Amino acid sequence: MSILIDKSTKVICQGFTGGQATQHCIQCIDYGTQLVGGVTPGKGGQIHLDLPVFNTVKEAVDATGASASIIFVPAKFCKSSILEAAESGISLIVCITEGIPTIDMLEVKVRCDELGVRLIGPNCPGIITPGEAKMGIMPGDIHLPGKVGIISRSGTLTYEAVKQTTDLGFGQTSCVGIGGDPIPGTSFIDVLDLFEKDNSTEAIVMVGEIGGTAEEAAAEFIQSNVTKPVVSYIAGVTAPPGKRMGHAGAIIAGGKGTAEDKFKALESAGVYTVKSPAEIGKGIAEVSGW
Amino acid sequence: MNLHEYQAKQLFREYDISVSEGLSASSSQEAEKIALSLNVDKWVVKAQVHAGGRGKSGGVELVDSIEKVKAFADKWLGKNLVTFQTDEKGQPVNQILIETVTDINKELYLGAVIDRASQRLVVMASTEGGVNIEEVAEETPEKIYKAEIDPIQGPNQLQAEKLASSLNLNEVQTLQFIEIFNGLVKLFIDKDLSLVEVNPLVITSSGDLICLDAKINVDSNALYRQEQISKLRDPSQEDPREASAAEWDLSYVALDGSIGCMVNGAGLAMGTMDIIKLHGGEPANFLDVGGTADSKRVAEAFKIILSDENVNTVLINIFGGIVRCDVIADGIVEALTGMGVSVPVIVRLEGNSAQKGLKILDECDLNIIPASNLEEAASLAVKASKGDIT
Repeated sequence: MSILIDKSTKVICQGFTGGQATQHCIQCIDYGTQLVGGVTPGKGGQIHLDLPVFNTVKEAVDATGASASIIFVPAKFCKSSILEAAESGISLIVCITEGIPTIDMLEVKVRCDELGVRLIGPNCPGIITPGEAKMGIMPGDIHLPGKVGIISRSGTLTYEAVKQTTDLGFGQTSCVGIGGDPIPGTSFIDVLDLFEKDNSTEAIVMVGEIGGTAEEAAAEFIQSNVTKPVVSYIAGVTAPPGKRMGHAGAIIAGGKGTAEDKFKALESAGVYTVKSPAEIGKGIAEVSGW
Repeated sequence: MNLHEYQAKQLFREYDISVSEGLSASSSQEAEKIALSLNVDKWVVKAQVHAGGRGKSGGVELVDSIEKVKAFADKWLGKNLVTFQTDEKGQPVNQILIETVTDINKELYLGAVIDRASQRLVVMASTEGGVNIEEVAEETPEKIYKAEIDPIQGPNQLQAEKLASSLNLNEVQTLQFIEIFNGLVKLFIDKDLSLVEVNPLVITSSGDLICLDAKINVDSNALYRQEQISKLRDPSQEDPREASAAEWDLSYVALDGSIGCMVNGAGLAMGTMDIIKLHGGEPANFLDVGGTADSKRVAEAFKIILSDENVNTVLINIFGGIVRCDVIADGIVEALTGMGVSVPVIVRLEGNSAQKGLKILDECDLNIIPASNLEEAASLAVKASKGDIT
């Protein structure tokens, strides 16, 4: 089992004919993803990567029965692309694009929630169920089908956690990069909940970073809702406080948000924390007894 | 991107948010002209820099003669102002703001920010305005009143009225507050801001509400659609290395250590700094080469890292996802060949095309020390920076 995607998930790509999209769609297809077509306005009717191109998501969904979409369109078009997918019957959207204005995401998040659509990202590496399918830009070959669920705010740190759990032979059920933007479509809590309910996930890795209070909220959720062992690393213990302007950021966070605060919150929720990004795999070995 | 106070106040005026009368000057002659045109006998003069703590550092003065206005301008224009929020060099003062004086009865606080927790634009207000507002927030969070703005419906009058009542405002002030509240929210959304702060918002001795200070931070991701705001950028307030990094889409922050870091991804870049420190070393910088690095950008990243004379070792940690390791390897070879780099360079390549990348590094004649994982890379970098390997 897995969460969110498997080999039967029918996927389309928005921004299909662009350079980045093309490169990554080829890799997704090679990995086993059931990519059934793509959308590029104005290029409907063409064939790209041996797959049909449509002008709109609605046309693509009607013709292919796709339920998931991976988005590579430029940041300035993302709001309308995400909303178009959400309103056209897509239930899982993965938005890879970075640099979307935060004001756009405020509305996108509310609309997706109202429609019951799961949005992953933006500004994320995507999701993968090893051995079955991937919707993302992660290198497929570092993954191994297995029993660890991985959630991360950072793309390349996700790969680090994957590599270590692969090298130790544990493998992964699914890996979800939720992205580092202020308003992510999916939170740590959403994914923790999915992993808790997934029978084949036996342990969870959660990789966070400084800023915001998502890790503190996740710690509270874990305490009362997660029975599986969780290993966590928070990046940025050594990061400088940064140049700040005004107080509003600090006031809204109410003194939370440093790596120390996050480690403390997670530890008091029973999470096994590691202080080095190189020790995530070892942490899993420790908590699982594998 | 940050704005200056005088720029923020100009935007406030455009949105009918009441501020003191005043203008900015870039010379003492101009300052004199502005002071005379305000037609008063006392002025507040404020040095314009992208940093807080100006008042405590002499960057804000109350003066009662034209000579003193000119003296303040002469004292600061062209100089650097050092505050607790700047580095030891301070920030250059190229403009001063000359304003009329406001008699203050009470200082309040008003701010607006995107709250990650509630995923809303949140307006915050407090009766405890002034310099100690962060302590107030930490010790007595109940004294910070908040209104979450619905992204679809927008602000409503009830929210503004509720905040006004928490601030104990009278009827006239409540009406003034509603206008400020609505203006602030509209400004925030129209101009793609990430932060607005008015500290203090004051009740004057005649009982009116007026914004005495104004801080604005703009969402850099939205500058493509904010032509007016983009023109307000002041490069003189930015760190030159960080600014030149930004031109190449590199994210760079200078630190005090000796190990220069080049990493892809902000999380892994912070993680690399953390592990260097755990091994007893000190990172010289944070540098994220981003998701679409090519050989030119790798070369630029090298230039920026090596322009820091404290750097005696470079650690390159790339976990290729979007980025292809062979492209990075080509960039490393090209940069090292072209620049004559003398410090040891430790390279760890993993992920997308890592084997091809390692082969390129293996076949060149440069002083590159390969590492097979993150742990080893950090350990080698710390040893090299301490002179234990060369």
